[in-house]
Amino acid sequence: MMAETSTKRVTIYSTPTCPYCRQAKDYLTQKGISFTELNVAADMEARNAMVQKSGQLGVPVIEIDGQVVVGFNRGKLDELLK
Amino acid sequence: MSEKTYYDLIILGAGPAGMTAAVYAARKQIDALVISENVGGQTTWSAEIENHLGFRLITGPELVAKFEDHVSKFNVPRVFSKVIRLTRPGHTFSIETEDGRTFAARAVIVATGKSPRLLNVPGEKQYMGRGVTYCATCDGPLFAGKNVLVAGGGNSGLDAVVQLMKICPKVYLVERESELRADAVMIERARKAPNVEILTDTAVVEIAGDAFVNAVTVRNLKGGEMRRLEVEGVFVEIGLVPNSDFVKGMLRLNPIGEIPVDCASRTGIPGLYAAGDVTDVPDKQIIIAAGDGAKAALGAYSYIVRLPAGDDWHRTPA
Repeated sequence: MMAETSTKRVTIYSTPTCPYCRQAKDYLTQKGISFTELNVAADMEARNAMVQKSGQLGVPVIEIDGQVVVGFNRGKLDELLK
Repeated sequence: MSEKTYYDLIILGAGPAGMTAAVYAARKQIDALVISENVGGQTTWSAEIENHLGFRLITGPELVAKFEDHVSKFNVPRVFSKVIRLTRPGHTFSIETEDGRTFAARAVIVATGKSPRLLNVPGEKQYMGRGVTYCATCDGPLFAGKNVLVAGGGNSGLDAVVQLMKICPKVYLVERESELRADAVMIERARKAPNVEILTDTAVVEIAGDAFVNAVTVRNLKGGEMRRLEVEGVFVEIGLVPNSDFVKGMLRLNPIGEIPVDCASRTGIPGLYAAGDVTDVPDKQIIIAAGDGAKAALGAYSYIVRLPAGDDWHRTPA
């Protein structure tokens, strides 16, 4: 199961201070899923991409193979990571 | 795989109260499930905690990670969704979640805590996440270089102001009362900042924008005059409300929406317990919520083991 999930492309848009971003990253790490982290507090290009993809300005935003989840929603993450 | 939907005990919420209840339930080998929207509740946003025995100083997220680690050791099943309805159609409780599932339980512990209070003004819901935010710690850095407004002159409002005044050209602080209620040292910091404008006796009346927020209308509560403030961020820090809507049909809540409980975390309905900040316990503290969670789980255990055997409950899993 781990091997299957690791093939998904996962990006997390976060800020360094956001506790839910940290929880989300811990959660992905625990599940053995590698991800790219983009700090939208510092990286304007990433921030614009996040706004464009999610239509909103709140973190975390997690993108799994092109599908966007706003907030740390474990139910949705589990579904998309299946 | 068909999912199990009935349990002896269902714990609603996974903050300090719910997680402690889960540990106690596991050690009593109760057939239990935890349903929660998130993990850690308000503890997740607590910056530094210095009054939890055993930790001289720990941050909220670190403490929540320790709770999670501890609970995970017991393999208590978890469901991540929001509870929208709790009823008791027969001998058992029925719990409906936002994702459309229904669960049944012989006993329930409500430990759903509190959530940020909304302003309840036009535009607020429309612009949630589009400029309106309830977590300055999370989203503050995204508003660097933009004018912002903070609603609420208590400690959390002033925390947001002090954080934002370093990165935003202009910060408006709006408070309905005549005085700010935060600690003096924070108020002084805000007053001294040249880019902070404090508006007391003032209410937010509308949040406007196009795709994102671009203005907020405020009204002076004494003179009545309106003012349009050009801001792109609205930080709402006006306190918390109990997450108790889903029990309204079953329980009489206190005037601020909390669930009244007795000294053993009982609600008055047999088998229904409540613990933590969703209750009318006078002090809202992590360690108190945890203790109440333990009391509720032990109470639920005594209740479950005394239920008559051979009832028909397994045949009616809601």
